[in-house]
Amino acid sequence: MKEKKYMNPYLAGFLLGLIMLSAFVLTGSGLGASGAMKRSVISCVDKISHEHTSNSEFYSKYTNKETHPMKNKLVFLVFGVLIGGFISGAVSNRLKLKIEHSPKITSKTRIIMASIGGILFGIGSQIGRGCTSGAALSGMATLSTAGFISMISIFGTGYLLAYFFKKFWI
Amino acid sequence: MLPFFSPQDEITFVISFIIGIAFGFILEQAGFSSSRKLAGVFYGYDFVVVRVFFTAAITTMLGLIFLNYFGYLNFDDIFINSTYLWATAVGGAIMGLGFIIGGFCPGTSVCALAIGKIDAMIFVGGIFIGAFIFGEAYPIFKDIYMEGNLGRILIYDTLGISQGTFAFSMILIALIMFWGSYFIQKKISKKEMKY
Repeated sequence: MKEKKYMNPYLAGFLLGLIMLSAFVLTGSGLGASGAMKRSVISCVDKISHEHTSNSEFYSKYTNKETHPMKNKLVFLVFGVLIGGFISGAVSNRLKLKIEHSPKITSKTRIIMASIGGILFGIGSQIGRGCTSGAALSGMATLSTAGFISMISIFGTGYLLAYFFKKFWI
Repeated sequence: MLPFFSPQDEITFVISFIIGIAFGFILEQAGFSSSRKLAGVFYGYDFVVVRVFFTAAITTMLGLIFLNYFGYLNFDDIFINSTYLWATAVGGAIMGLGFIIGGFCPGTSVCALAIGKIDAMIFVGGIFIGAFIFGEAYPIFKDIYMEGNLGRILIYDTLGISQGTFAFSMILIALIMFWGSYFIQKKISKKEMKY
């Protein structure tokens, strides 16, 4: 069966806005993704060596608490994203194992680029206290100064450096 | 008064899970599960990111402003991220580099992983490694992580204008960007190959 067309971007944006608004109204905070990954890493490290996490100034902020680091709304939210994305892919016939890349590069190049990009995003989202969803999008929606700096910094850097990575995309 | 539930209520986890499902569904429906579609924003062949991102931010912003105006919600009761000027700027720059190299951000990569994109699975693995590097090398990153703490400040106070003026300007800027994006996209699509 043929893949269905993507949703109108303004309709998608409006619906996404309503979802984010309900997150604020119901739970008091917006959306996020990198927080769940951070907490997964922290609980893995804690499982391997609790002594190590207890001695770390960073890890201990999450592990020396009454509540488990995974007992956080963002962890549940990201599990939801996984399922929501899958449902959407299923109803629109887009479920397919593949490596998407520009015809100018090989699958191997794309995989290397994806891993470098992921690592950078992992580090950057920790330094910046949140990623595109948590810091930039939810931040802008609450009119926080951090949200706007984050958005300008992420997309500004992207535009500044886009020229050097052109062949990887088009 | 809103919000209905506190972050540690059990029900918050259930609600967040459902909100996550809706979030993932819309991201995928909008095409955010494709790295080449996302990267289009940087080359002018696809502006879906700008359109969805700003429409969503404005929708939520207006909702919050009106709920506040009618006395249902106090901005002090919701989570507003603190501004650490340099940490936010440097973190953002590293994320920008990660975006142009990897083609995803954390939320979109999870969404793409869910429909079977192998590059997204690798990207998510990278995020775990990145977060681990940050955790292990925290003493090195600590200075920049803590640099420039300005607290829980709001953009209209920073700019010295009223909330209404700012919200109106943001809508105006978004509309100009939406309008301009069609011209750029048209021009680029003629020149570059259709991806």
